[in-house]
Amino acid sequence: MAQVTLDSVRKIYPNGVEAVTPASFQIKDGEFVVLVGPSGCGKSTLLRMIAGLEDITEGALSIGDNVVNTLDPADRDIAMVFQNYALYPHMTVRKNIAYGLKNRKTPKDVIAQKVDEAAKMLNLTEYLDRKPAQLSGGQRQRVAMGRAIVRDPALFLFDEPLSNLDAKLRNQMRIEIKALQRRLGVTSIYVTHDQVEAMTMADRIIVLNGGRIEQIGTPSDIYHNPASTFVASFMGAPPMNLVAAEMQDGILSFAGLELPLASSMRGPVTLGLRPEDLIIDSHGPLAMEVELIEELGAHRLLHGQVNGQRLTVHLAKEEQVALGPLHLSCRVQNLCLFHPETGARMDGGFAFNLAQDRMEERV
Amino acid sequence: MKRAGFASRWLPILLLVPQLSIILVFFYWPAAYAVKSSFYLQDPFGFGQTFVGLENYSSLADSAEYLRVTNFTVVFTVLVTFFSLALALLLAVKADKVIRGAKSYRTLLMWVYAVAPPVAGYMGLILFNQRWGPLTELFGMFGWEFNLRADYFDTAFAMVVVSVWKQVPVNFIFFLSGLQSIPKSVREAALIDNRSASGRFWDVTFPLLAPTGFFLLIINITYALFDTFGVIDTLVKGEPANNPMTLVYKVYIDGFRGNDLGGSSAQSVVLMLLVLALTVFQFRMVEKRIHYT
Repeated sequence: MAQVTLDSVRKIYPNGVEAVTPASFQIKDGEFVVLVGPSGCGKSTLLRMIAGLEDITEGALSIGDNVVNTLDPADRDIAMVFQNYALYPHMTVRKNIAYGLKNRKTPKDVIAQKVDEAAKMLNLTEYLDRKPAQLSGGQRQRVAMGRAIVRDPALFLFDEPLSNLDAKLRNQMRIEIKALQRRLGVTSIYVTHDQVEAMTMADRIIVLNGGRIEQIGTPSDIYHNPASTFVASFMGAPPMNLVAAEMQDGILSFAGLELPLASSMRGPVTLGLRPEDLIIDSHGPLAMEVELIEELGAHRLLHGQVNGQRLTVHLAKEEQVALGPLHLSCRVQNLCLFHPETGARMDGGFAFNLAQDRMEERV
Repeated sequence: MKRAGFASRWLPILLLVPQLSIILVFFYWPAAYAVKSSFYLQDPFGFGQTFVGLENYSSLADSAEYLRVTNFTVVFTVLVTFFSLALALLLAVKADKVIRGAKSYRTLLMWVYAVAPPVAGYMGLILFNQRWGPLTELFGMFGWEFNLRADYFDTAFAMVVVSVWKQVPVNFIFFLSGLQSIPKSVREAALIDNRSASGRFWDVTFPLLAPTGFFLLIINITYALFDTFGVIDTLVKGEPANNPMTLVYKVYIDGFRGNDLGGSSAQSVVLMLLVLALTVFQFRMVEKRIHYT
């Protein structure tokens, strides 16, 4: 177990493409960190650099107290779980799990004991003598986990381990992996493009976009306090509503909504509203034309337009609603303001300078 | 499930006729003729034939010369198969690691494949020429007086070298594509599990190449037994008497030089049975042992 430190780690491919701009962060001992972002955002490259499968162009990577930039993957004390499992097809499950230990000169009886323990933990005991081809996707994923666990590494690396599984199995494995990591307390870095996986599994999330770190924070931080429109629209399903609004003389205005803010900002801004912060209210200031109702059982989503801009509203299942015109109000304490061009957060957290007694108010 | 079919029963047969007639005329007819004539003693001038039963076969079994040729063929096949596979594997593993200029490197390695066996034989003749062959001179510098066509061992040596050289590119292509079909992530997993490169090769890469390797093994045995004819013919032409030759070359020598069509036919039937056995063995093995996904 160990902490991981990246100091301005950068990746430039021989063709000149900068896959990862200098990234610095620290992962605490035992922490579960998720790297999330769309395809091509550099999250896998970053993980592969930590694993040693990809050269680090610049910067220093430390695992524990040692800089490991030039160490071979086998010498970094890491274990990795791959997207397509990467099991050795010609070896039995037992040999697959034991292979890494065997090469580290572990005594035979210790190997046998560790393999049995891991197999028990992962419900693989009866499959130990099968070949990977005779296993289901979920079982193969467990074998890949077992191969990582028996090594007792300082660091687990997961490269989209669940994306080859079907939705139901994915939910189940997500919980299993998280529980296992809690139990073993091994520092883990997990790469995914699935924001649900990121939100549910992470102690801390690192959101990447175009090779750059957009934001680092706890899932709740990232969700409630996105640092940019990219993070706001990437995290959360459905994503945050982003609409064009106007600041003038200390008043933020969007459609019928007018909100006094103690701020000297002026001109256009992007206003971020989470769908669940919009409330049906016949006296509300926002007039919405509902065009589509998505029935999701536990809740419903209304899609429509306010002043010509698309908006999604999250609705509890008890509330009655029909297509057509509707009035909304919103919980002002959760609003976010972004720069209309750069998309960067402008209000710096909850810096709405509303009077304390108005914070709970709906406007 | 509904099966797609032809309206007329004769159309599919008609479509198969060209292929079937080629097989019939060029494979089964000569094979059947060889089996038949192996039971006869042919008049060398083609005036007649006498049925002799299994006499051609029994005289083969008693022939010391046939035994000698068989022994040489076995040694020759083992050497050619082993070295052409091993060298090709080595080259493929190295070529697989090359990143810059990989394409031209691979193309150059494959070029030899386009050389016809007799041409390869002639190139061997030039390289091993007694008076001015560069390889002969090279061996001379080490005190080895190389004597192609005169010395049994030296001739065999040249045969093996030329045959191996000719076959390496084919094996190389197959091994290289076999290597490239091993999933990248499996190799990376091995990179994390094992720090020794040779350990990774023997534990992971080599077993995953086994299907390719086994297929090539059969191909190479067949090559060494039969397709080296051109090489051997060129290297020993005119004076086969004291020189090494393989079973296939002996079939030709006895049949067309010695005019012993009956004995030659018996030899070719023996070879046919050998090929049949190899084929059966191959299919059995492919079905049983070597499978993975």
